[in-house]
Amino acid sequence: MKFAVCVFPGSNCDYDTYYILRDVLEKEVEFVDYSTKNLNGFDCVILPGGFSYGDYLRPGALASKSPLAEAVVEFANKGGLVLGICNGFQILTELGLLPGALLPNMNMRFICKDVYLKVERNDTPITLKAQKGEVLKIPIAHHDGRYYVEDSELKLMEERGQIIFRYSDEEGKITQEANPNGSVSNIAGVMNKEGNVFGLMPHPERASEDILGSHDGLILWNSIVSYLS
Amino acid sequence: MKKVRVLILPKEGLLDPQGRAVEEMLKDNGFKVENVRVGKVVEMEVEDNQDVSSIVDKYIINPLIEEYEIEEV
Repeated sequence: MKFAVCVFPGSNCDYDTYYILRDVLEKEVEFVDYSTKNLNGFDCVILPGGFSYGDYLRPGALASKSPLAEAVVEFANKGGLVLGICNGFQILTELGLLPGALLPNMNMRFICKDVYLKVERNDTPITLKAQKGEVLKIPIAHHDGRYYVEDSELKLMEERGQIIFRYSDEEGKITQEANPNGSVSNIAGVMNKEGNVFGLMPHPERASEDILGSHDGLILWNSIVSYLS
Repeated sequence: MKKVRVLILPKEGLLDPQGRAVEEMLKDNGFKVENVRVGKVVEMEVEDNQDVSSIVDKYIINPLIEEYEIEEV
């Protein structure tokens, strides 16, 4: 089982992600840089958080035109498992691998805090180890996390079960107060129609050891490991 | 070569917090204004026969959230 962690100029959660995979999960993991043209031999590709290309033009916009992005599309089209975290999520929407877009937070501020996430589905490769409706505590750290998708597409996504995580309160209630950034329908994480490409704004790699205040992020990593085993 | 400007705005109807804040500021200063949107400009020099919209559509804007006009300078 081999993981790839994508590194673009400006990625800054790459090493945290690498560390969790190598030292906490004890899996094989390699960095792949933006000029990489193929991802053969990997079982799962992670696009980590950060500010690829300084968020110039729009978050993820420039990264989505890099050689590595093309390789990610090819990997995904072959059914490979892809996970985008924060800036990685933004890159995946810019690439069109995931529906919607991430707009500036409603309050125009950078928000860095723990949030609660309700797991909407536990039959996906990244949530196998969660209970349906389970509430996870995982931090967010972003300026552009307001998930937006047109109403018609949102309806289709709901029907297809593409919404994986919603911002909730500690009890799992989906409320406006629990929505940190103004995302439509409190959406924090989604998947593609085919069920092999995932994106979420919260950072599971920052919540995978007790010393960091929460280990709920491990549920996602352990789900992926169990899915790939 | 020709010089062009691409004027990019958040799509009409999309909530634009920057536009909303600027609109409120202008209203507070006594102006009657509506529908303020804050966008960005990309200026470039391209070959005379270059179809600029094909560049913009594919590389510069996200059609889900942005709209644009091209202006020859």
